[in-house]
Amino acid sequence: MDTINNSILTLILLVPVGGALLVLLFPDRAKLPNWIALATSLVTFGLTLHLPFHYDLARSGFQFAVNKPWIENPAIAYHVAVDGLSLWLVVLAGLLAPIGVLASWNAIKERRKVYFALFLVQQTAMFGVFVSLDLMLYYGFWELSLVPMAILIAMYGRKDGPKAALKFFLFTFIPSAPLLVAILWLYARTGTFDLAQLQYWVASGALPAGGLYWAALAFLFAFAVKVPVFPLHGWLSDTFSEAPVALAMVVAGKLGLYSMLRFHIGLFPAQARAAAPYLIALAVIGVLYGACLALVQRDFWKLIAFAAVSHLGLIVLGIYGFTFIGSTGAVYQILSHEVVDAALFVLLGALYDRYSTSQINAYGGLAAKLPRTAAHFVLITLAMIGLPILNSFIGEFLILSSTFTGVSRGWAVAASMGVILGAAYMLSLVQRLFYGPPSDMIAVRPAPDLGFRELAVLCPIVALTLVMGVAPSIWLPAIKLSTQRHVSVTLLHGPGRVTFTSVPWGGPR
Amino acid sequence: MNPVPDIYRILPEVVLTLTGVAVMLIDASLASGTPRRNLGWVAAIGTTLALWASLWQLSLPQGAGFFGTVETSAFTIFFHVLICGIVLVTLLLSLDTLPEDSHHQGEFYALIVFGAVGMCLLTSAVELLVVFIALEISSIATYILAGYRKQTARGPEAAIKYFLLGSFATAFLLYGIALIFGATGTTQIYEIAQQAPLALNQTLLLTGMALMFVGILFKVSAAPFHLWTPDVYEGAPSPVVALMSTAPKAAAFAVLLRVAYEMLPTLRSAWSPLLWIVAALSMTVGNLAALRQQNVKRMLAYSSIAHAGYLLAAFAGAENTGIAAAAFYAAAYATMNVGIFAVITVISGYDEALPIIDDYRGLLYRSPLLGGVLIFFLVSLVGIPFTGGFFGKFYSFSAAVGGGAVWLAIIGLLNSGLAAAYYLRLALVTAQRPADDNVSVSAPKPQVGFAVMAALAMAVAATLILGIVPNEVLRAAEAGAHTLQPPSAPLQDAHRIVIDRLPIP
Repeated sequence: MDTINNSILTLILLVPVGGALLVLLFPDRAKLPNWIALATSLVTFGLTLHLPFHYDLARSGFQFAVNKPWIENPAIAYHVAVDGLSLWLVVLAGLLAPIGVLASWNAIKERRKVYFALFLVQQTAMFGVFVSLDLMLYYGFWELSLVPMAILIAMYGRKDGPKAALKFFLFTFIPSAPLLVAILWLYARTGTFDLAQLQYWVASGALPAGGLYWAALAFLFAFAVKVPVFPLHGWLSDTFSEAPVALAMVVAGKLGLYSMLRFHIGLFPAQARAAAPYLIALAVIGVLYGACLALVQRDFWKLIAFAAVSHLGLIVLGIYGFTFIGSTGAVYQILSHEVVDAALFVLLGALYDRYSTSQINAYGGLAAKLPRTAAHFVLITLAMIGLPILNSFIGEFLILSSTFTGVSRGWAVAASMGVILGAAYMLSLVQRLFYGPPSDMIAVRPAPDLGFRELAVLCPIVALTLVMGVAPSIWLPAIKLSTQRHVSVTLLHGPGRVTFTSVPWGGPR
Repeated sequence: MNPVPDIYRILPEVVLTLTGVAVMLIDASLASGTPRRNLGWVAAIGTTLALWASLWQLSLPQGAGFFGTVETSAFTIFFHVLICGIVLVTLLLSLDTLPEDSHHQGEFYALIVFGAVGMCLLTSAVELLVVFIALEISSIATYILAGYRKQTARGPEAAIKYFLLGSFATAFLLYGIALIFGATGTTQIYEIAQQAPLALNQTLLLTGMALMFVGILFKVSAAPFHLWTPDVYEGAPSPVVALMSTAPKAAAFAVLLRVAYEMLPTLRSAWSPLLWIVAALSMTVGNLAALRQQNVKRMLAYSSIAHAGYLLAAFAGAENTGIAAAAFYAAAYATMNVGIFAVITVISGYDEALPIIDDYRGLLYRSPLLGGVLIFFLVSLVGIPFTGGFFGKFYSFSAAVGGGAVWLAIIGLLNSGLAAAYYLRLALVTAQRPADDNVSVSAPKPQVGFAVMAALAMAVAATLILGIVPNEVLRAAEAGAHTLQPPSAPLQDAHRIVIDRLPIP
């Protein structure tokens, strides 16, 4: 068992790349690449499931660790491990891989080899981001995750792929330049890229405060673009409109949010604490701004993009409130949000496959023709707007209640408005797509309801939203272990509550 | 006193010279009309032998031969291996792409090999006049090669431009050498290093150094001495560009390292800000201009200017890290650039039927192999991790940060973001669906012969090795950095002490 535990993370990283090579080696014939990719992603998912079953809750901290020197100078190590924070994110990424493959099953009609090979490389890059504890290794995977994504958007974009790909790439690549400078500066000062050692160095006070301020800002900037946090969300709506469904569902959110928790708050607790009031303000503005813009969108990809800005803002609020409950809720909400978003993308992708338009006005009265689609869509919508006993409720409730009691009532009330607006735009989307009189297009174009493959994707997700809604205790113990540590470390750097006295304009009390 | 026979010190150069002469003689003795393609194989085998000879030199003790004019050390061997590798790739590339009926095919191969002699000698020379002679050997070969497509309008123009501006720059170099000789009374690099702090006329020395820098920076096409680059790259045949954008630059950077760190370390406070400015300028000018190019070769020409800037950033670093980073960057840049020009040669052919970016539309669909390799090299040029380009930039900028030039690193990294835009534009066009009415759909599928295949495989493998397991190469570069210290430093200190104790009148 020890050998498995020691090599499980390496296996999780290698299997998708191996699958990508297999895809490239075999001919592009009769869905062969699809099957290889599906098998690979299922094996990977199985491997990730090993982690929660063998994660020892009795001892918190990093487990399944491998730490081997890789490059001598600079001292880069292959240091991977998971803790309560990354544990479920790895499993989630593992779950979304076969879902992504199935969602691309028929949508990708040509050059399947390239598509699935790059898709699998993208998987490895994502796993790498979640498990790396060496800053340089992390940066490597972080950058690596951009390239397959950009190429896939360019090659398989719906209308104007290359433009969206370039926008996506530049938006996410340029902020990583300051990130790299900050990493190099830390290395020049300390001689190590190892997260634990760097935490020690930063805490020791041996590094100049001015440099740390800029380094923390560089980290935060790179992550905030990737999340994206208002006002850095410019790339999101184009990417959502163009990217294949399987990629759009993983492009936003978890990578950036995880990095904020692990590398911004984890590495610079004092600076993160000082930045918290600003981030809370931006997060709440993002919640409201995204929701308001989502209300008026006519294209459902764009609507989902602004809805994502709104929902991700809420998670940022939970993270930077620095309450134990809020952080736990935020991590839980990352998982819920990804799951719900994935289902939503699959459903909208199914509509797009059938009618090749994303204009909401072109639809109407679909419920009578596609009853199964409508049923799933309504269920996922309810999950998304935070109906109790479904998954988003848990996270949203934890975030909002902890903000109300532990951070600021004003901001909590403002953020709750976003939740109400969220119900408004999602329910009106359901109404416009599925109810009312059938539109001309719907009336004349026959289309099959959800097929076996699509149901095979959706049913597990729907079941998961329910289980996550009623039994969060499966996930929360591991998450609590890590958020407890994060919050207790940051508590050393300020009063118990995030106060707004440092914000020039006071902020609501 | 010196147990190593002098001839061993220049063994790779000797092998290359013999190869070049052999190629010319065989060429002359063949009847006209005989296919001369096999001469390329002769040249390739000779270059491989030279590469072996360089590696064999590792067994020699470090030291200088021929009255202290040429040196063998880890530093020279590092660059010899690099240059021979590049020349080998170029020869393999030319073998399959040079048209069968082009006249003077034998001379083409011989000139490449003679150029390599000059470049190798350039890296091992420790005497400024030998540096000058070696530079001329390599330059004259590249001047001729640049104008090889005589029948086109741009070919001769490129050659003339390169020749005139190049001669002008060489004159600067020579004048700089003369001034340094005037200031120190010697042209031997070790001796200059000892004499420089004692020189009575430091202004003369500084002027000489600045003039030498002009000559060398011209060769590496750093701004503001870069104006020839895009025109010459556009006019010269692609295999030649693959060579001249990499090997002579690597050799010139070796000379710059020698001049800066070994010959004039005491003038560091003077050359460091100078190179700082040139580095920042080169990156910015190169990338901004590259953004607007439609012609792929011009775009890559401007990109090579930017890369010279990234490399120069390493000169802000301290002795060991700076030299090692610069040497590593030279290797990383050379492998990916020779690779990308190899791909371009195969795609657009010797006649360059497809010069502009839009001609590459859908290449990934026409030829998945070439398209994939092109995207790979572009990704490496952007500097994405797990490729040589990443570690090159990484070492260079961390040397700069370590040397206190944080702003230069920030400028450099912002520039890499900028550069990503035009590299990605080409990569994305390659990955795009071909439009039906596009010329490139009807264009024939490029033929990939055995030699080209070998050349591409070498470049890809080298780029991957530099990106995934750079330990060995970096160790070699560091070993080279250690040998670049003036050998008799104690003497220099002794002189210093004497000066310090001089009674002040």
